[in-house]
Amino acid sequence: MTAAYRLSELAYPFAAACCVGMLALLLGPIFLHGWHTVTWSFLTEDPTHSGRGGGILPILVSTGLLLCVAMAVAVPSGLAAAILLSEETRKCTSLSRTVSTSLDVLAGVPSIVYGLFGNAFFSIYLGLGFSILSGGLTLACMVLPIFVRTAEAGFIAVPDDWRLGAAALGLSKWTTLVRIQLPAAAPSIAVGLVLGIGRALAETAALIFTSGYVDRMPSSLLDSGRSLSVHIYDLSMNIPGAERSAYASAFVLIVLLLIINGSASWLTERLLHRRIVRS
Amino acid sequence: MTSSKNSTLYLSPPRSDLWLAVGLRLLAATGIALLAIIVWCLLSEAWKVLAQVGVGHFITDSTWHPLEHTFGLAPMALASVASSIGALLLAGPVGIGTAVYCRFYCGPRQSSAMRQLLGVFGGVPSVVFGFWGLTILVPLIADSHPPGASLLTGSLVLAMMILPTVALVSHAALDAVPQAHIAAAHALGMRRGSIVLHVALVSARHGILAGLVMSLGRALGETMAMLMVSGNIVQVPSSVFDSVRSLAANIALEMAYATGIHRSALYACGLVLIAIVTASTLISQRLVQRVSYDPT
Repeated sequence: MTAAYRLSELAYPFAAACCVGMLALLLGPIFLHGWHTVTWSFLTEDPTHSGRGGGILPILVSTGLLLCVAMAVAVPSGLAAAILLSEETRKCTSLSRTVSTSLDVLAGVPSIVYGLFGNAFFSIYLGLGFSILSGGLTLACMVLPIFVRTAEAGFIAVPDDWRLGAAALGLSKWTTLVRIQLPAAAPSIAVGLVLGIGRALAETAALIFTSGYVDRMPSSLLDSGRSLSVHIYDLSMNIPGAERSAYASAFVLIVLLLIINGSASWLTERLLHRRIVRS
Repeated sequence: MTSSKNSTLYLSPPRSDLWLAVGLRLLAATGIALLAIIVWCLLSEAWKVLAQVGVGHFITDSTWHPLEHTFGLAPMALASVASSIGALLLAGPVGIGTAVYCRFYCGPRQSSAMRQLLGVFGGVPSVVFGFWGLTILVPLIADSHPPGASLLTGSLVLAMMILPTVALVSHAALDAVPQAHIAAAHALGMRRGSIVLHVALVSARHGILAGLVMSLGRALGETMAMLMVSGNIVQVPSSVFDSVRSLAANIALEMAYATGIHRSALYACGLVLIAIVTASTLISQRLVQRVSYDPT
Protein backbone atom coordinates (compact mmCIF):
# COMPACT_ATOMS: atom_id res chain seq x y z
CA MET A 1 0.00 0.00 0.00
CA THR A 2 1.50 3.30 -1.03
CA ALA A 3 1.07 6.39 1.12
CA ALA A 4 -0.86 8.15 -1.62
CA TYR A 5 -3.31 5.27 -1.83
CA ARG A 6 -3.89 5.27 1.90
CA LEU A 7 -4.37 9.05 1.82
CA SER A 8 -7.03 8.77 -0.88
CA GLU A 9 -8.80 6.08 1.19
CA LEU A 10 -8.98 8.56 4.06
CA ALA A 11 -10.08 11.49 1.89
CA TYR A 12 -13.60 10.17 1.16
CA PRO A 13 -14.70 9.65 4.78
CA PHE A 14 -13.13 13.00 5.58
CA ALA A 15 -15.20 14.72 2.88
CA ALA A 16 -18.35 13.08 4.20
CA ALA A 17 -17.47 14.14 7.74
CA CYS A 18 -16.91 17.71 6.48
CA CYS A 19 -20.40 17.65 4.97
CA VAL A 20 -22.04 16.50 8.21
CA GLY A 21 -19.91 18.92 10.23
CA MET A 22 -20.99 21.88 8.09
CA LEU A 23 -24.65 21.01 8.55
CA ALA A 24 -24.10 20.83 12.31
CA LEU A 25 -22.23 24.17 12.28
CA LEU A 26 -25.07 25.73 10.31
CA LEU A 27 -28.03 24.44 12.27
CA GLY A 28 -26.37 24.24 15.70
CA PRO A 29 -26.35 27.97 16.55
CA ILE A 30 -29.85 28.46 15.18
CA PHE A 31 -31.25 25.64 17.30
CA LEU A 32 -29.31 26.74 20.40
CA HIS A 33 -30.39 30.38 20.19
CA GLY A 34 -33.84 29.73 18.81
CA TRP A 35 -34.91 27.03 21.23
CA HIS A 36 -35.26 29.35 24.24
CA THR A 37 -36.91 32.24 22.42
CA VAL A 38 -39.68 30.35 20.70
CA THR A 39 -42.59 30.18 23.10
CA TRP A 40 -46.31 29.98 22.56
CA SER A 41 -46.60 33.75 22.97
CA PHE A 42 -43.89 34.30 20.32
CA LEU A 43 -46.07 32.42 17.85
CA THR A 44 -49.30 34.21 18.80
CA GLU A 45 -48.35 37.86 19.30
CA ASP A 46 -47.86 40.83 17.01
CA PRO A 47 -44.30 42.07 16.52
CA THR A 48 -43.34 45.20 18.48
CA HIS A 49 -40.51 47.73 17.92
CA SER A 50 -40.29 46.72 14.25
CA GLY A 51 -39.64 43.11 15.19
CA ARG A 52 -37.23 43.47 18.11
CA GLY A 53 -39.89 42.29 20.54
CA GLY A 54 -43.24 40.56 20.40
CA GLY A 55 -44.08 37.63 18.18
CA ILE A 56 -44.62 36.65 14.57
CA LEU A 57 -48.34 35.88 14.25
CA PRO A 58 -49.09 38.24 11.31
CA ILE A 59 -45.99 36.98 9.54
CA LEU A 60 -47.10 33.36 9.90
CA VAL A 61 -50.56 34.30 8.58
CA SER A 62 -49.09 36.12 5.56
CA THR A 63 -46.78 33.20 4.85
CA GLY A 64 -49.73 30.80 4.96
CA LEU A 65 -51.78 32.99 2.61
CA LEU A 66 -48.86 33.31 0.17
CA LEU A 67 -48.48 29.53 0.10
CA CYS A 68 -52.23 29.03 -0.45
CA VAL A 69 -52.32 31.43 -3.40
CA ALA A 70 -49.19 29.92 -4.91
CA MET A 71 -50.36 26.31 -4.68
CA ALA A 72 -53.94 27.11 -5.78
CA VAL A 73 -52.57 28.56 -9.01
CA ALA A 74 -49.68 26.18 -9.61
CA VAL A 75 -51.51 22.90 -9.01
CA PRO A 76 -54.15 22.94 -11.81
CA SER A 77 -51.83 24.09 -14.58
CA GLY A 78 -49.03 21.94 -13.21
CA LEU A 79 -51.23 18.85 -13.20
CA ALA A 80 -52.29 19.51 -16.78
CA ALA A 81 -48.69 19.92 -17.87
CA ALA A 82 -47.69 16.73 -16.06
CA ILE A 83 -50.52 14.72 -17.68
CA LEU A 84 -49.71 16.11 -21.10
CA LEU A 85 -45.98 15.44 -20.75
CA SER A 86 -46.47 11.89 -19.47
CA GLU A 87 -49.13 11.04 -22.10
CA GLU A 88 -47.05 12.32 -24.92
CA THR A 89 -43.53 11.34 -23.92
CA ARG A 90 -43.81 8.37 -26.23
CA LYS A 91 -45.32 10.42 -29.03
CA CYS A 92 -42.87 13.30 -28.42
CA THR A 93 -45.01 16.00 -29.99
CA SER A 94 -43.62 19.48 -30.53
CA LEU A 95 -45.95 20.90 -27.86
CA SER A 96 -44.74 18.52 -25.16
CA ARG A 97 -41.12 19.11 -26.13
CA THR A 98 -41.57 22.89 -25.94
CA VAL A 99 -43.37 22.64 -22.59
CA SER A 100 -40.59 20.42 -21.26
CA THR A 101 -37.79 22.76 -22.37
CA SER A 102 -39.50 25.85 -21.04
CA LEU A 103 -40.03 24.15 -17.67
CA ASP A 104 -36.31 23.31 -17.54
CA VAL A 105 -35.41 26.91 -18.26
CA LEU A 106 -37.96 28.16 -15.71
CA ALA A 107 -36.48 25.86 -13.07
CA GLY A 108 -33.10 27.51 -13.56
CA VAL A 109 -34.21 31.16 -13.55
CA PRO A 110 -32.75 32.86 -10.45
CA SER A 111 -35.28 33.88 -7.85
CA ILE A 112 -34.38 37.58 -8.03
CA VAL A 113 -35.34 37.55 -11.72
CA TYR A 114 -38.74 36.15 -10.71
CA GLY A 115 -38.91 39.09 -8.32
CA LEU A 116 -38.18 41.55 -11.14
CA PHE A 117 -40.79 39.88 -13.33
CA GLY A 118 -43.39 39.76 -10.57
CA ASN A 119 -42.85 43.40 -9.77
CA ALA A 120 -43.19 44.49 -13.39
CA PHE A 121 -46.03 42.16 -14.39
CA PHE A 122 -48.24 41.45 -11.37
CA SER A 123 -47.58 44.54 -9.23
CA ILE A 124 -47.47 47.22 -11.91
CA TYR A 125 -48.86 45.90 -15.20
CA LEU A 126 -51.81 44.05 -13.64
CA GLY A 127 -52.10 46.72 -10.95
CA LEU A 128 -52.03 44.37 -7.96
CA GLY A 129 -49.44 46.48 -6.18
CA PHE A 130 -47.36 45.13 -3.33
CA SER A 131 -49.78 42.45 -2.22
CA ILE A 132 -50.02 38.88 -1.09
CA LEU A 133 -51.78 38.11 -4.37
CA SER A 134 -48.89 39.28 -6.54
CA GLY A 135 -46.36 37.59 -4.24
CA GLY A 136 -48.31 34.34 -4.34
CA LEU A 137 -48.62 34.43 -8.13
CA THR A 138 -44.86 35.00 -8.42
CA LEU A 139 -44.27 32.03 -6.13
CA ALA A 140 -46.65 29.96 -8.25
CA CYS A 141 -44.43 30.57 -11.28
CA MET A 142 -41.38 29.43 -9.29
CA VAL A 143 -43.05 26.31 -7.92
CA LEU A 144 -44.52 25.16 -11.26
CA PRO A 145 -41.42 23.36 -12.65
CA ILE A 146 -40.78 21.35 -9.47
CA PHE A 147 -44.41 20.33 -9.14
CA VAL A 148 -44.70 19.29 -12.78
CA ARG A 149 -41.54 17.19 -12.75
CA THR A 150 -42.55 15.28 -9.62
CA ALA A 151 -46.16 14.72 -10.68
CA GLU A 152 -45.05 13.70 -14.17
CA ALA A 153 -42.93 10.90 -12.71
CA GLY A 154 -46.07 9.60 -10.98
CA PHE A 155 -48.12 9.58 -14.19
CA ILE A 156 -45.34 7.84 -16.12
CA ALA A 157 -45.17 5.14 -13.44
CA VAL A 158 -48.85 4.19 -13.96
CA PRO A 159 -48.65 0.79 -15.73
CA ASP A 160 -49.59 0.89 -19.41
CA ASP A 161 -51.81 -2.17 -18.90
CA TRP A 162 -54.20 -0.14 -16.78
CA ARG A 163 -54.65 2.43 -19.51
CA LEU A 164 -55.08 -0.26 -22.15
CA GLY A 165 -57.49 -2.13 -19.90
CA ALA A 166 -59.56 0.98 -19.43
CA ALA A 167 -59.59 1.56 -23.18
CA ALA A 168 -60.67 -2.06 -23.76
CA LEU A 169 -63.57 -1.56 -21.37
CA GLY A 170 -64.63 1.43 -23.44
CA LEU A 171 -64.02 4.04 -20.78
CA SER A 172 -63.60 7.56 -22.05
CA LYS A 173 -60.24 9.26 -21.60
CA TRP A 174 -61.78 11.60 -19.07
CA THR A 175 -63.01 8.68 -16.94
CA THR A 176 -59.68 6.89 -17.28
CA LEU A 177 -57.93 10.02 -16.10
CA VAL A 178 -60.17 10.74 -13.14
CA ARG A 179 -60.84 7.16 -11.98
CA ILE A 180 -57.53 5.43 -12.76
CA GLN A 181 -54.60 7.69 -13.54
CA LEU A 182 -55.19 10.41 -10.95
CA PRO A 183 -55.66 8.02 -8.00
CA ALA A 184 -52.65 5.96 -9.12
CA ALA A 185 -50.45 9.04 -9.37
CA ALA A 186 -51.84 10.65 -6.20
CA PRO A 187 -48.79 9.88 -4.01
CA SER A 188 -46.33 11.60 -6.31
CA ILE A 189 -48.72 14.51 -6.78
CA ALA A 190 -48.71 14.83 -2.98
CA VAL A 191 -44.91 14.71 -2.90
CA GLY A 192 -44.75 17.38 -5.60
CA LEU A 193 -47.16 19.51 -3.59
CA VAL A 194 -45.02 19.18 -0.47
CA LEU A 195 -41.78 19.91 -2.32
CA GLY A 196 -43.37 22.93 -3.95
CA ILE A 197 -44.54 24.26 -0.59
CA GLY A 198 -41.01 23.77 0.73
CA ARG A 199 -39.51 25.75 -2.12
CA ALA A 200 -42.08 28.53 -1.76
CA LEU A 201 -41.54 28.72 2.00
CA ALA A 202 -37.77 29.09 1.56
CA GLU A 203 -38.07 31.90 -0.97
CA THR A 204 -37.02 35.46 -0.12
CA ALA A 205 -35.64 37.35 -3.08
CA ALA A 206 -38.74 36.96 -5.23
CA LEU A 207 -41.01 38.26 -2.48
CA ILE A 208 -39.27 41.47 -1.38
CA PHE A 209 -40.53 43.42 -4.39
CA THR A 210 -43.84 41.65 -4.89
CA SER A 211 -45.48 41.00 -1.53
CA GLY A 212 -43.68 43.74 0.33
CA TYR A 213 -42.41 44.37 3.81
CA VAL A 214 -45.40 45.31 5.96
CA ASP A 215 -45.45 43.35 9.21
CA ARG A 216 -49.02 43.93 10.37
CA MET A 217 -51.87 41.46 10.00
CA PRO A 218 -53.03 41.35 6.34
CA SER A 219 -56.69 42.27 5.99
CA SER A 220 -57.14 40.82 2.49
CA LEU A 221 -55.22 39.20 -0.34
CA LEU A 222 -54.64 42.64 -1.82
CA ASP A 223 -52.87 43.75 1.35
CA SER A 224 -49.11 43.67 1.61
CA GLY A 225 -47.71 40.91 3.81
CA ARG A 226 -44.28 39.84 4.97
CA SER A 227 -43.26 36.20 4.69
CA LEU A 228 -41.18 34.46 7.33
CA SER A 229 -38.02 34.44 5.22
CA VAL A 230 -38.35 38.14 4.38
CA HIS A 231 -38.82 38.75 8.11
CA ILE A 232 -35.49 37.05 8.87
CA TYR A 233 -33.78 39.06 6.15
CA ASP A 234 -35.20 42.35 7.37
CA LEU A 235 -34.40 41.68 11.03
CA SER A 236 -30.82 40.70 10.35
CA MET A 237 -29.96 43.37 7.78
CA ASN A 238 -32.00 46.47 8.57
CA ILE A 239 -32.87 46.36 12.26
CA PRO A 240 -30.01 46.47 14.75
CA GLY A 241 -30.55 44.63 18.02
CA ALA A 242 -33.11 42.19 16.65
CA GLU A 243 -30.85 39.15 16.58
CA ARG A 244 -32.87 37.27 19.18
CA SER A 245 -36.05 37.50 17.12
CA ALA A 246 -34.12 36.70 13.96
CA TYR A 247 -32.71 33.52 15.49
CA ALA A 248 -36.17 32.55 16.73
CA SER A 249 -37.76 33.17 13.30
CA ALA A 250 -34.99 31.21 11.60
CA PHE A 251 -35.66 28.40 14.07
CA VAL A 252 -39.37 28.41 13.25
CA LEU A 253 -38.65 28.42 9.50
CA ILE A 254 -36.16 25.55 9.78
CA VAL A 255 -38.55 23.47 11.88
CA LEU A 256 -41.37 24.06 9.37
CA LEU A 257 -39.07 23.02 6.52
CA LEU A 258 -37.89 19.94 8.41
CA ILE A 259 -41.50 18.89 8.92
CA ILE A 260 -42.23 19.43 5.23
CA ASN A 261 -39.07 17.64 4.14
CA GLY A 262 -39.82 14.77 6.49
CA SER A 263 -43.37 14.38 5.27
CA ALA A 264 -42.15 14.39 1.66
CA SER A 265 -39.74 11.53 2.28
CA TRP A 266 -42.34 9.73 4.42
CA LEU A 267 -44.86 10.02 1.57
CA THR A 268 -42.32 8.71 -0.93
CA GLU A 269 -41.34 5.80 1.30
CA ARG A 270 -44.82 4.69 2.40
CA LEU A 271 -47.29 5.56 -0.31
CA LEU A 272 -45.11 5.13 -3.39
CA HIS A 273 -43.66 1.83 -2.28
CA ARG A 274 -47.03 0.44 -1.27
CA ARG A 275 -48.44 1.50 -4.62
CA ILE A 276 -45.73 -0.32 -6.52
CA VAL A 277 -46.11 -3.47 -4.42
CA ARG A 278 -49.84 -3.58 -4.96
CA SER A 279 -49.75 -3.03 -8.70
CA MET B 1 -75.68 -6.33 -36.79
CA THR B 2 -74.84 -2.65 -36.86
CA SER B 3 -73.97 -0.89 -40.04
CA SER B 4 -70.44 0.46 -40.53
CA LYS B 5 -71.85 3.98 -40.38
CA ASN B 6 -73.19 3.39 -36.89
CA SER B 7 -70.00 1.81 -35.59
CA THR B 8 -67.87 4.76 -36.67
CA LEU B 9 -70.29 6.92 -34.76
CA TYR B 10 -69.75 4.71 -31.74
CA LEU B 11 -65.95 4.84 -31.98
CA SER B 12 -65.67 8.59 -32.29
CA PRO B 13 -64.43 9.98 -28.96
CA PRO B 14 -67.04 11.41 -26.61
CA ARG B 15 -67.37 15.18 -26.39
CA SER B 16 -65.82 15.28 -22.92
CA ASP B 17 -62.58 13.87 -24.35
CA LEU B 18 -62.34 16.64 -26.91
CA TRP B 19 -62.75 19.21 -24.18
CA LEU B 20 -60.17 17.34 -22.14
CA ALA B 21 -57.61 17.42 -24.94
CA VAL B 22 -58.16 21.14 -25.57
CA GLY B 23 -58.18 22.00 -21.87
CA LEU B 24 -55.04 20.02 -21.12
CA ARG B 25 -53.15 21.65 -23.95
CA LEU B 26 -54.26 25.13 -22.92
CA LEU B 27 -53.35 24.63 -19.26
CA ALA B 28 -50.06 22.95 -20.06
CA ALA B 29 -49.17 25.78 -22.40
CA THR B 30 -49.12 28.16 -19.42
CA GLY B 31 -45.53 26.99 -18.88
CA ILE B 32 -44.52 28.22 -22.31
CA ALA B 33 -46.61 31.37 -21.95
CA LEU B 34 -45.00 32.07 -18.60
CA LEU B 35 -41.47 31.90 -19.99
CA ALA B 36 -42.48 34.12 -22.90
CA ILE B 37 -44.09 36.66 -20.57
CA ILE B 38 -41.05 36.71 -18.27
CA VAL B 39 -38.64 37.36 -21.13
CA TRP B 40 -40.97 39.89 -22.72
CA CYS B 41 -41.41 41.71 -19.40
CA LEU B 42 -37.67 41.94 -18.76
CA LEU B 43 -37.01 43.06 -22.32
CA SER B 44 -39.69 45.73 -22.35
CA GLU B 45 -38.56 47.12 -18.98
CA ALA B 46 -34.91 47.05 -20.02
CA TRP B 47 -35.64 48.51 -23.46
CA LYS B 48 -35.42 52.10 -22.23
CA VAL B 49 -31.82 51.82 -21.11
CA LEU B 50 -30.80 49.61 -24.04
CA ALA B 51 -32.20 52.15 -26.52
CA GLN B 52 -30.92 55.27 -24.76
CA VAL B 53 -27.52 54.13 -23.59
CA GLY B 54 -26.74 51.10 -25.68
CA VAL B 55 -25.27 47.74 -24.83
CA GLY B 56 -21.69 48.97 -25.15
CA HIS B 57 -21.81 51.09 -22.01
CA PHE B 58 -22.63 48.09 -19.86
CA ILE B 59 -19.35 46.51 -20.89
CA THR B 60 -17.02 49.49 -21.27
CA ASP B 61 -18.03 51.77 -18.37
CA SER B 62 -15.73 51.16 -15.42
CA THR B 63 -18.16 51.99 -12.60
CA TRP B 64 -21.83 51.60 -11.69
CA HIS B 65 -23.40 55.01 -11.04
CA PRO B 66 -26.74 54.75 -12.81
CA LEU B 67 -27.81 58.24 -11.73
CA GLU B 68 -24.73 59.70 -13.43
CA HIS B 69 -25.29 57.47 -16.45
CA THR B 70 -22.38 55.11 -16.04
CA PHE B 71 -23.55 51.54 -16.19
CA GLY B 72 -20.46 49.34 -15.93
CA LEU B 73 -21.54 45.83 -15.06
CA ALA B 74 -18.02 44.39 -15.32
CA PRO B 75 -17.00 44.69 -11.61
CA MET B 76 -20.25 43.07 -10.45
CA ALA B 77 -20.18 40.37 -13.13
CA LEU B 78 -16.59 39.66 -12.11
CA ALA B 79 -17.61 39.43 -8.45
CA SER B 80 -20.46 37.03 -9.31
CA VAL B 81 -18.23 34.81 -11.42
CA ALA B 82 -15.29 34.88 -8.97
CA SER B 83 -17.41 34.01 -5.94
CA SER B 84 -19.24 31.23 -7.80
CA ILE B 85 -16.07 29.66 -9.15
CA GLY B 86 -14.51 29.91 -5.69
CA ALA B 87 -17.56 28.18 -4.25
CA LEU B 88 -17.33 25.46 -6.88
CA LEU B 89 -13.63 24.87 -6.15
CA LEU B 90 -14.45 24.52 -2.45
CA ALA B 91 -17.63 22.47 -2.76
CA GLY B 92 -16.63 20.30 -5.75
CA PRO B 93 -14.01 18.05 -4.09
CA VAL B 94 -15.96 17.78 -0.82
CA GLY B 95 -19.23 17.01 -2.62
CA ILE B 96 -17.72 14.41 -4.94
CA GLY B 97 -15.83 12.87 -2.01
CA THR B 98 -19.06 12.62 -0.03
CA ALA B 99 -20.78 10.97 -3.00
CA VAL B 100 -17.96 8.42 -3.35
CA TYR B 101 -18.16 7.71 0.37
CA CYS B 102 -21.92 7.14 0.17
CA ARG B 103 -21.63 4.88 -2.85
CA PHE B 104 -18.53 2.78 -2.10
CA TYR B 105 -17.42 3.19 1.49
CA CYS B 106 -20.45 2.65 3.68
CA GLY B 107 -23.40 0.34 4.07
CA PRO B 108 -26.81 0.94 2.47
CA ARG B 109 -28.40 2.15 5.69
CA GLN B 110 -25.65 4.69 6.38
CA SER B 111 -25.77 5.77 2.76
CA SER B 112 -29.50 6.43 2.82
CA ALA B 113 -29.18 8.29 6.13
CA MET B 114 -26.46 10.43 4.57
CA ARG B 115 -28.68 11.20 1.60
CA GLN B 116 -31.54 12.16 3.90
CA LEU B 117 -29.16 14.52 5.66
CA LEU B 118 -28.05 16.01 2.34
CA GLY B 119 -31.72 16.49 1.47
CA VAL B 120 -32.21 18.48 4.67
CA PHE B 121 -29.04 20.45 3.93
CA GLY B 122 -30.28 21.26 0.44
CA GLY B 123 -33.64 22.40 1.79
CA VAL B 124 -32.20 25.06 4.10
CA PRO B 125 -33.39 28.42 2.75
CA SER B 126 -30.83 30.83 1.33
CA VAL B 127 -31.82 33.52 3.81
CA VAL B 128 -30.80 31.21 6.67
CA PHE B 129 -27.41 30.66 5.03
CA GLY B 130 -27.07 34.42 4.71
CA PHE B 131 -28.12 34.98 8.32
CA TRP B 132 -25.66 32.34 9.52
CA GLY B 133 -22.85 33.89 7.47
CA LEU B 134 -23.69 37.34 8.79
CA THR B 135 -23.78 36.39 12.48
CA ILE B 136 -21.10 33.67 12.65
CA LEU B 137 -18.75 33.75 9.68
CA VAL B 138 -18.38 37.51 9.12
CA PRO B 139 -17.27 38.31 12.73
CA LEU B 140 -14.89 35.34 12.59
CA ILE B 141 -13.15 36.61 9.45
CA ALA B 142 -13.35 40.25 10.58
CA ASP B 143 -11.11 39.35 13.54
CA SER B 144 -8.16 38.78 11.26
CA HIS B 145 -9.11 40.61 8.06
CA PRO B 146 -11.65 43.42 8.55
CA PRO B 147 -14.29 44.19 7.36
CA GLY B 148 -15.10 40.48 7.18
CA ALA B 149 -17.91 40.78 4.67
CA SER B 150 -15.89 39.83 1.60
CA LEU B 151 -15.46 37.78 -1.52
CA LEU B 152 -14.11 34.94 0.64
CA THR B 153 -17.14 34.93 2.95
CA GLY B 154 -19.43 34.95 -0.08
CA SER B 155 -17.58 32.02 -1.63
CA LEU B 156 -17.66 30.03 1.60
CA VAL B 157 -21.40 30.51 2.10
CA LEU B 158 -22.12 29.76 -1.57
CA ALA B 159 -19.97 26.63 -1.27
CA MET B 160 -22.09 25.42 1.62
CA MET B 161 -25.24 26.15 -0.35
CA ILE B 162 -24.25 24.15 -3.43
CA LEU B 163 -22.52 21.32 -1.55
CA PRO B 164 -25.67 19.14 -1.18
CA THR B 165 -26.55 19.55 -4.87
CA VAL B 166 -23.05 18.57 -5.96
CA ALA B 167 -23.04 15.57 -3.62
CA LEU B 168 -26.51 14.32 -4.57
CA VAL B 169 -26.03 14.70 -8.33
CA SER B 170 -22.61 13.05 -8.16
CA HIS B 171 -24.09 10.21 -6.15
CA ALA B 172 -26.79 9.72 -8.78
CA ALA B 173 -24.12 9.69 -11.50
CA LEU B 174 -22.02 7.13 -9.59
CA ASP B 175 -25.12 5.02 -9.02
CA ALA B 176 -25.72 4.94 -12.77
CA VAL B 177 -22.33 3.35 -13.45
CA PRO B 178 -23.17 -0.17 -14.72
CA GLN B 179 -22.66 -2.81 -12.03
CA ALA B 180 -20.89 -4.97 -14.62
CA HIS B 181 -18.02 -2.47 -14.85
CA ILE B 182 -17.51 -2.49 -11.08
CA ALA B 183 -17.74 -6.29 -10.96
CA ALA B 184 -15.26 -6.65 -13.82
CA ALA B 185 -12.83 -4.34 -12.03
CA HIS B 186 -13.18 -6.45 -8.89
CA ALA B 187 -12.56 -9.58 -10.93
CA LEU B 188 -9.35 -8.06 -12.26
CA GLY B 189 -8.21 -7.71 -8.65
CA MET B 190 -8.32 -3.91 -8.50
CA ARG B 191 -8.43 -2.32 -5.09
CA ARG B 192 -11.42 -0.28 -4.00
CA GLY B 193 -9.55 3.01 -4.28
CA SER B 194 -8.39 2.21 -7.80
CA ILE B 195 -11.87 1.16 -8.84
CA VAL B 196 -13.22 4.49 -7.63
CA LEU B 197 -10.52 6.51 -9.37
CA HIS B 198 -10.08 4.58 -12.60
CA VAL B 199 -13.51 3.04 -13.23
CA ALA B 200 -16.37 4.71 -11.34
CA LEU B 201 -15.31 8.36 -11.52
CA VAL B 202 -14.19 8.02 -15.15
CA SER B 203 -17.46 6.41 -16.14
CA ALA B 204 -19.57 8.95 -14.23
CA ARG B 205 -17.59 12.03 -15.26
CA HIS B 206 -20.23 13.53 -17.55
CA GLY B 207 -22.96 13.25 -14.93
CA ILE B 208 -20.73 14.76 -12.25
CA LEU B 209 -19.69 17.57 -14.57
CA ALA B 210 -23.34 18.28 -15.37
CA GLY B 211 -24.04 18.57 -11.64
CA LEU B 212 -21.12 20.96 -11.21
CA VAL B 213 -22.28 23.19 -14.06
CA MET B 214 -25.82 23.15 -12.66
CA SER B 215 -24.51 24.20 -9.23
CA LEU B 216 -22.46 26.94 -10.86
CA GLY B 217 -25.66 28.29 -12.37
CA ARG B 218 -27.36 28.20 -8.99
CA ALA B 219 -24.42 29.98 -7.33
CA LEU B 220 -24.39 32.68 -10.02
CA GLY B 221 -28.07 33.39 -9.51
CA GLU B 222 -27.97 33.31 -5.73
CA THR B 223 -29.15 36.57 -4.23
CA MET B 224 -29.83 36.59 -0.51
CA ALA B 225 -26.67 34.90 0.76
CA MET B 226 -24.38 37.10 -1.33
CA LEU B 227 -26.38 40.18 -0.41
CA MET B 228 -25.99 39.49 3.30
CA VAL B 229 -22.36 38.39 3.55
CA SER B 230 -20.28 39.99 0.81
CA GLY B 231 -20.30 43.67 1.79
CA ASN B 232 -22.02 45.11 -1.30
CA ILE B 233 -19.31 47.56 -2.42
CA VAL B 234 -19.06 47.87 -6.21
CA GLN B 235 -15.38 47.30 -6.94
CA VAL B 236 -12.98 44.96 -8.64
CA PRO B 237 -11.59 42.99 -5.69
CA SER B 238 -7.80 43.07 -5.27
CA SER B 239 -7.78 40.26 -2.73
CA VAL B 240 -10.27 37.71 -1.42
CA PHE B 241 -10.79 39.84 1.70
CA ASP B 242 -12.24 42.78 -0.28
CA SER B 243 -15.96 43.54 -0.20
CA VAL B 244 -17.77 42.92 -3.47
CA ARG B 245 -21.28 43.19 -4.87
CA SER B 246 -22.72 40.49 -7.11
CA LEU B 247 -25.10 41.13 -10.01
CA ALA B 248 -28.06 39.51 -8.24
CA ALA B 249 -27.40 41.37 -4.98
CA ASN B 250 -27.24 44.63 -6.93
CA ILE B 251 -30.79 44.12 -8.19
CA ALA B 252 -32.10 43.30 -4.70
CA LEU B 253 -30.35 46.31 -3.15
CA GLU B 254 -31.43 48.98 -5.60
CA MET B 255 -34.90 47.87 -6.73
CA ALA B 256 -36.43 49.43 -3.63
CA TYR B 257 -35.70 53.01 -4.70
CA ALA B 258 -34.81 52.79 -8.39
CA THR B 259 -36.90 54.78 -10.88
CA GLY B 260 -36.73 55.63 -14.57
CA ILE B 261 -33.56 54.69 -16.36
CA HIS B 262 -32.02 53.30 -13.18
CA ARG B 263 -34.87 50.79 -12.81
CA SER B 264 -34.53 49.92 -16.45
CA ALA B 265 -30.80 49.26 -15.96
CA LEU B 266 -31.63 46.82 -13.16
CA TYR B 267 -33.88 44.88 -15.53
CA ALA B 268 -30.94 44.76 -17.95
CA CYS B 269 -28.95 43.24 -15.07
CA GLY B 270 -31.70 40.64 -14.74
CA LEU B 271 -31.42 39.86 -18.46
CA VAL B 272 -27.66 39.33 -18.13
CA LEU B 273 -28.27 37.04 -15.17
CA ILE B 274 -30.94 35.00 -16.97
CA ALA B 275 -28.61 34.65 -19.98
CA ILE B 276 -25.72 33.36 -17.84
CA VAL B 277 -27.91 30.91 -15.96
CA THR B 278 -29.72 29.64 -19.07
CA ALA B 279 -26.35 29.04 -20.75
CA SER B 280 -25.22 26.95 -17.81
CA THR B 281 -28.50 24.99 -17.80
CA LEU B 282 -28.13 24.22 -21.50
CA ILE B 283 -24.51 23.11 -21.11
CA SER B 284 -25.47 20.88 -18.22
CA GLN B 285 -28.31 19.33 -20.24
CA ARG B 286 -25.99 18.72 -23.17
CA LEU B 287 -23.60 16.92 -20.81
CA VAL B 288 -26.40 14.75 -19.41
CA GLN B 289 -27.51 13.84 -22.93
CA ARG B 290 -23.97 12.80 -23.78
CA VAL B 291 -24.10 10.36 -20.87
CA SER B 292 -26.96 8.46 -22.43
CA TYR B 293 -25.14 8.21 -25.79
CA ASP B 294 -21.83 7.32 -24.18
CA PRO B 295 -21.08 3.67 -24.97
CA THR B 296 -18.63 3.30 -22.08
